[in-house]
Formats: sequence, C-alpha cells, structure tokens
Amino acid sequence: MTGDSCSLFEVGHRACGGCAAALAARTILNAAGKDTIIVSATGCMEVFSTPYPETAWKVPWIHSLFENNAAVASGISAALKKQGRKEKVIALGGDGATFDIGMLCLSGAFERGHDFVYICYDNEAYMNTGIQRSGATPYDASTTTSPAGKCSMGNRRPKKDLPAILAAHGAPYVATASIAYLPDLKKKVQKALETEGPCYVQVHAPCCTGWGFEGEKTIAIAKLAIETGLFVSYEMENGTVTRVKKVVRRPVEEYLREQRRFRHLFRPVRNDAEIAKIQAIADKNAEKFGIDIKIKK
Amino acid sequence: MALGLGCSARPGSSRANRTGSWRTFRPVFVHDKCSRCGLCIQVCPEGCISEGEGGLPVPDYDYCKGCGLCAEECPSEAIEMKKEEK
Repeated sequence: MTGDSCSLFEVGHRACGGCAAALAARTILNAAGKDTIIVSATGCMEVFSTPYPETAWKVPWIHSLFENNAAVASGISAALKKQGRKEKVIALGGDGATFDIGMLCLSGAFERGHDFVYICYDNEAYMNTGIQRSGATPYDASTTTSPAGKCSMGNRRPKKDLPAILAAHGAPYVATASIAYLPDLKKKVQKALETEGPCYVQVHAPCCTGWGFEGEKTIAIAKLAIETGLFVSYEMENGTVTRVKKVVRRPVEEYLREQRRFRHLFRPVRNDAEIAKIQAIADKNAEKFGIDIKIKK
Repeated sequence: MALGLGCSARPGSSRANRTGSWRTFRPVFVHDKCSRCGLCIQVCPEGCISEGEGGLPVPDYDYCKGCGLCAEECPSEAIEMKKEEK
C-alpha cells in the first residue's frame, strides 16, 4: 500500500532520470531505517548523491575510496561493538568497487567476520567513469573497453560469481535481488541486517545510460533479466541456497534486443551462434538454481 | 586525540538542487483512473511522489525529472506523459 515513500534519501540528487541505483538507495534506506551508518565506495551512487556541498543522505554517511569500502565499514562496526552501540552498518558499492577494486578489503572483512552488511548495486560496468567493463559485465555486452565491432562481439568473459565467493568465506547470509521486486529487496536487506556477521546483498540495477534504453523501462528490463534466467534472485544461508525466485522462462532474446549494449547481436544480421551461447548461460543458471516453473499440460 | 574531518555536508541538503528543470515530459496524474495502489510512490527513483488526500499520489514537480517510470509501471494507466510547454 501507499505511504512507502522514504524521506531518508532526499530529492534533488543528480542521478539520471529512471536510475535504478537511486531507486535501490531509497529502498535500502527505507528497509534499514534511521539508525544506520552508510559507508559508500566511489561510484555513480556516491557521485550523484553527494555533490559537495550537498548530500541526499539523511543518515550518517562516509566516503573514503574505491578500494577500502569494506575496511572502513569493518572499522566502524568494530568501534560500535566496543562501545556497545546497536547502529547498523551498511557498506554500499557498485560492481566495480565490489567485484574488482574493493575485492581485497571485502574478502578481508568477510574473513574476519565483522557484523555489517555489504550491498552491491550491480549495473554490470563502471558507469560513472564512462561504461568500462568490470568483473560483473555479462558475456557479449559492448562497453567502452570491450567494444563490439568487426573483430569482437563485446565482453569475452562471463560474469563473476561473487555471491558464491563470499558464501565460501562462511558468510551466514548471501542474497541476490532486483529492483524489479522492491518488497523482496526490502525483505532481504532487513534479513541481512538482522543476521549477525558479514552479510552480502547484490542488487541487480539496470543502467539506462550505460545499457542503452529509455529511463522509463528500468524496471521492465530488470524484470526481463530475472524472467530470462540471466540474473537469478536467491538467498543463501550458511552456504546453502534456501530460496529461489522461480519463473516461467522467456527466451534471452527478449532481454537482449531491448538494449543498445547487445545491439551488435541483431545488426546488421542476427548472430544466432552468439545468442545461443547466451541462452546456454541462462539454461545453466536455470538448471543450477532450479528456477523453472513446470507447467502441467 | 583530535581527528580532522574531511568535507562534510548538511543532511538532505541536495534539496537545494531543483531537478525539475531537467524535465521534457511531465507525468499527469488522472485521478479518476487511479486505484490508489501506491506503486508510483514506491518506484519513483527521486522519491518525489507522496501520498495526498484520500491516498491519491501527489508529484513534486520541483524535483520530478520526467523519467516516466511511474507512467510505465502504473497498472491502471492513470499517469500520462505530456510534453512540457516551455
């Protein structure tokens, strides 16, 4: 129902119209409430929400660097513990800060077992600096450092499975979510905050500017990612997958053809071989997580 | 031990930045069609739609960027995007 607007993330931030990261930030703060300390890595969200001397955040917020996000959060969490305080610590980072640059500190913080939640808004490339590929960029996506052309079909490597890596650290709660399902995202953030120890939530957040679609389609695209099986929304508790969002799967083509970063798969001629490879990735996800809803005939 | 602070800003001071000037299309809320489900309030990336009298959504045009996400997601098609007259 109504009354879900969040006043902890103020209007006037400079995100693009239809920005999924802004929507994620609002929802995360809505879930966490005012007794929260946000640690933010360098990235789009940091830049659009805090152009000096302004800030959109109405909770304590700190930015230090790209690489030490989890380390700063560890320090804050340890200090709060020593003082016997109950505030929650959330470290927020994009996929560049999380999958690539901040990986070392993230691994360290999870291994030491600090009580905090790391949330990655995954827009599948370095959007703030001009759409360079990251470890989270999916197979065949065209970015400025993996441009599609005569000699290349875009990014040659599949997306890194970071949730599995962090679950392997012994994290009690690891989840993936999507901005297409906001109540689900809210629940997962709350569950992560309630769980003691280092928890990780990865939010799939389509970027209209970087992926090449109109801002009004943000939620529709995010929904297609889930419905095609290219992004799976699930929960992992103590290393075991406990809940998966099941779907009646659609062909990956429906997701790909909506985005400029996959345009080369359809123009000048349709590349059936590459589309089949991406379909195989979705099929593998579906089999691994059992996301298919079986319809009885 | 005294620690020096870096840059700091007043909470929520981004309100000074009226992003409504970015808009080229304006969402017009047709209240007759509205089912008061509140989805537009939930999905607005700006957080500039609030619940008004009788549960009807009220947009803040000082900050609405006109992205059209609310109109696209509205299950009752009660939001129309109209070209902004300058």
